[in-house]
Amino acid sequence: MTIRVQREDFDTAAELERLSAGNPRIGAVVTFTGLVRDFTSEQSASSQQSMVLEHYPGMTERQLAAILAEAESRWPLESALIIHRYGELAPGDRIVLVVTASAHRQAAFEANAFLIDWLKTKAPFWKLEQAGGGRRWVEAKTSDDDAAARWQG
Amino acid sequence: MRVLYFALLRERVGLAEETVSPPAEIRTVGDLVHWLRQKSPQHDYALADPAMVRIAVNQDYARTDHAIGPDDEIAFFPPVTGG
Repeated sequence: MTIRVQREDFDTAAELERLSAGNPRIGAVVTFTGLVRDFTSEQSASSQQSMVLEHYPGMTERQLAAILAEAESRWPLESALIIHRYGELAPGDRIVLVVTASAHRQAAFEANAFLIDWLKTKAPFWKLEQAGGGRRWVEAKTSDDDAAARWQG
Repeated sequence: MRVLYFALLRERVGLAEETVSPPAEIRTVGDLVHWLRQKSPQHDYALADPAMVRIAVNQDYARTDHAIGPDDEIAFFPPVTGG
């Protein structure tokens, strides 16, 4: 199980290769990649937009490890990986990678959805959007809380 | 104790971090919030709305009734928006 919080981009194919290499028990690998959306509907071109992701070093890793441990306790995972970037990003850039590997697909699919739902409500990251001279902190969505809540109980 | 602020709260307080020595009767996070809000109008503004403030003590989520001591790291930040 691997957690990385980094400024640099990641290579999804290389990560998948590394994660499943040498483990013939893995029969299913599910990958979720989160990208920066174009966040203005107006004039400013994508090239003028940027997003800055701030996080709480130390707590971020601690919370991601706790989320991963919870997933491992619920599903029979052979391997799992979370990479989350921080710093300045542009529309189209990769933000987050969640990979889950198991003998069968159901555990891999469910654990992956669980991890990204919980990550969105627990991992201490904050998005600041900047476009055309303006800036705004992205507000948390109640739909994300609802998505995480369906895994309770 | 160390107090950290992140994102919008950091901008509102005007500080990323400060070391504070509250009096002995400040025993919980809720006490600390009350005490910090009297430090400056910026602190008061940043911490005024409980719906906008999440709390961590030593890097774990905590509620306002959580006990605190001089060696603790206490962080205040808005609801998270990662992923």
